[in-house]
Amino acid sequence: MSTAPATIDGPLLTADGVPLKASLEKSLRRSKLRALLLVAPPLLFLIFLFVIPIGNMLTRSVDDKLINNVLPQTFEAFEAWDKESEPSEAMFEALYNDLKSAEKTDIGKASVRMNYALPGWRSLVKRTARKIKKMEPPYKEAFVKADDRWLDNTYWLSLGIMKDKRTLGYYWNAIDRTYDFDKNVIHQPDERKVYNLLWWRTILVSILVTIACLILAYPVAYLLATLPMRISNLLMICVLMPFWTSLLVRIVAWMIMLQQNGVVNDTLVAAGIISDDNRLAMMYNFNGTIIVMTQILLPFMILPIYSVMKTIPPSLMKAAQNLGATPTLAFIRVYMPQTIPGIGAGCILVFIVAIGYYITPELVGGKDGRLIGNMVAYHMQRSLNWGLAAAMGTILLGVILLFYWVYDKIIGIDNMKMG
Amino acid sequence: MPSENSLVRFVDIQKSYDGDALVVKNLNLDVAKGEFLTMLGPSGSGKTTCLMMLAGFEPATHGEIFLNEHPINRVPPHKRGIGMVFQNYALFPHMTVAENLAFPLEVRNIDKSEREQRVNRALDMVQLGAFGDRRPAQLSGGQAQRVAVARSLVFDPDLVLMDEPLGALDKNLREQMQYEIKHIHENLGLTVVYVTHDQSEALTMSNRIAVFDDGIIQQCDPPPVLYEEPNNAFVAGFIGENNRFVGKVVEEDGDVVKVEVDNNVGTVIAKKVNVGGIGSRSTLSLRPERVTVNPEPGSLPNIFSGLAEELIYLGDHIRTRFTVLGHDDFIVKIPNSAVHAHLKEGDTVNIGWNAEDCRALDPSD
Repeated sequence: MSTAPATIDGPLLTADGVPLKASLEKSLRRSKLRALLLVAPPLLFLIFLFVIPIGNMLTRSVDDKLINNVLPQTFEAFEAWDKESEPSEAMFEALYNDLKSAEKTDIGKASVRMNYALPGWRSLVKRTARKIKKMEPPYKEAFVKADDRWLDNTYWLSLGIMKDKRTLGYYWNAIDRTYDFDKNVIHQPDERKVYNLLWWRTILVSILVTIACLILAYPVAYLLATLPMRISNLLMICVLMPFWTSLLVRIVAWMIMLQQNGVVNDTLVAAGIISDDNRLAMMYNFNGTIIVMTQILLPFMILPIYSVMKTIPPSLMKAAQNLGATPTLAFIRVYMPQTIPGIGAGCILVFIVAIGYYITPELVGGKDGRLIGNMVAYHMQRSLNWGLAAAMGTILLGVILLFYWVYDKIIGIDNMKMG
Repeated sequence: MPSENSLVRFVDIQKSYDGDALVVKNLNLDVAKGEFLTMLGPSGSGKTTCLMMLAGFEPATHGEIFLNEHPINRVPPHKRGIGMVFQNYALFPHMTVAENLAFPLEVRNIDKSEREQRVNRALDMVQLGAFGDRRPAQLSGGQAQRVAVARSLVFDPDLVLMDEPLGALDKNLREQMQYEIKHIHENLGLTVVYVTHDQSEALTMSNRIAVFDDGIIQQCDPPPVLYEEPNNAFVAGFIGENNRFVGKVVEEDGDVVKVEVDNNVGTVIAKKVNVGGIGSRSTLSLRPERVTVNPEPGSLPNIFSGLAEELIYLGDHIRTRFTVLGHDDFIVKIPNSAVHAHLKEGDTVNIGWNAEDCRALDPSD
């Protein structure tokens, strides 16, 4: 024992008197820096292409700023209104000022937004905006002259839905609900109910596809894991081949197979199993979506299960039989429980991909094979209701996280093996 | 072994995997009740295949295996009631130790209270009473090994097979486990068929050892017989250390032969064991501990001069390498005692041995 560097209470010191902690920090700094550099590209990638877009989606789904920026005075005048009497001159003046000072494109966007709250707003605003330059006070008469719907209180009342800068309206819309003029949540009228059906169908399709994949994948994975290398390699190529083929090519192949005059129907008719005028409808409906999605997502199930099965030593099955279990019992009691991590990983992978699927249902789903993903695409590309699309996307994300959480509770994420 | 006493009987067993080569060639072997029989041999000699056929995981290509005098070729593994300890233990990773042990009882529909009792008894037997709730992954190699042994015994089989069960353990633990398995065997009166490629393990544990090579049992005898009286050159070489000379029989007198060592370096008098008449070739085998250094002249039939090439001090004995009769790999174990003159490298001394310690065997390749 030479000179003891540290007292009992004081911090530990190195030989030259620097505190041990500081010295350790210094010696590790370089390696920490290097680790940070290595992780930087994927981190930046993640931030720019994942965190920011998702954050953007989340804000968009509740954002209602635009309309408030375009019509600030109108909303002020609206607040002062008693909601029962006829709209006052002050309200029209406020609206006039807002429309006059706003950019034309903003008015267009705002009118689209207003149309979501109450159909008719868009044409009303457009027609009025066209004449706004020639208007002179009193504005109420000028407005009514431009379009007599301005006397209809419902339009004015609907402003109440839009007066806040944040709204949950898109979320309510996404599950077939809407606000009444007092911002109470009510059901959409029956003829406008579309999304709930699609949500349930999406979840049903995802579950059915997951189950179908599991049933089809399990034996294949078992063969892959247990057959001799030469044969299993060949089988593996058969599994991966579709994976390497363009999605569209595969879908078109399925169209050829499954359509009314397709290969499957022709064969069944020729074999006399079904009559010619009773051909099965396997395409452009619910069945088509299920069949094609199952085929496309099958490798996502096979690979994780296979990778888990590969690690199970064959001696365990022998041991189980040696201990008196029939081969079936040995399989159920010893082999299957050990494949659960692979089953879990495969199921969650297939389910997550399936629940957001879009291209396959679009092409082969027909009318009753459409999923919520198609609705998101529709609102992104056609109706341009990005708020609603974002709300749907966020709900999808929530559903996935919910299933993930359930999975974690039941099986445990630590047990998951992706392969 | 009288056959009414035998628990296992291999009759004319042949086994081929590919239809081209025989892995097991015409095996006939009886295992007596209560016996500890070891199948010993280099890898690829067919010993594990024999064990797998006995357990039912490989069908015999030809011949019949009898268990308690019943042919079992068509009995599936789960109906044979044979315990087995696998090479890598084959414990079920998703079950606790107690669940692993209860598994064979569960599939036999033994009720829960008795199951627990027997599991506890088996765990106590291998001194793991407190480990019932652990998972196999939480056990050390030695503990996993004991659980595997306990699991193979928990359903009271008459016969237990062990396939190189100690291969994955380090040396000390392996020796300890050898004694434990031996004691369990003795205490329970089990019949054990044990497969290993480690000769010292086989010598320690077995009642009888069947030495396998090339799909044939070369010799099947108790350990002392096997060591002292090997029947052929392979067994002599595989079990223990031996010095060998290759030569030609030049004289024959009862069970003593004179063999002229190749290259005309001398003639050795040896015991005739497994060799033809005059003119046939032979391998002479001599254990290193049966060689005397500086014998009285005339006291031994074989006395030659040897040049000490290398001395290795091993504590209780000194391992010395000589050049004798033109062979520079002649090993002698000289006991480390005061009566022995201490050799130095480069010394030339006389060394000799008895005719009956030197066995004239078949010519090896």
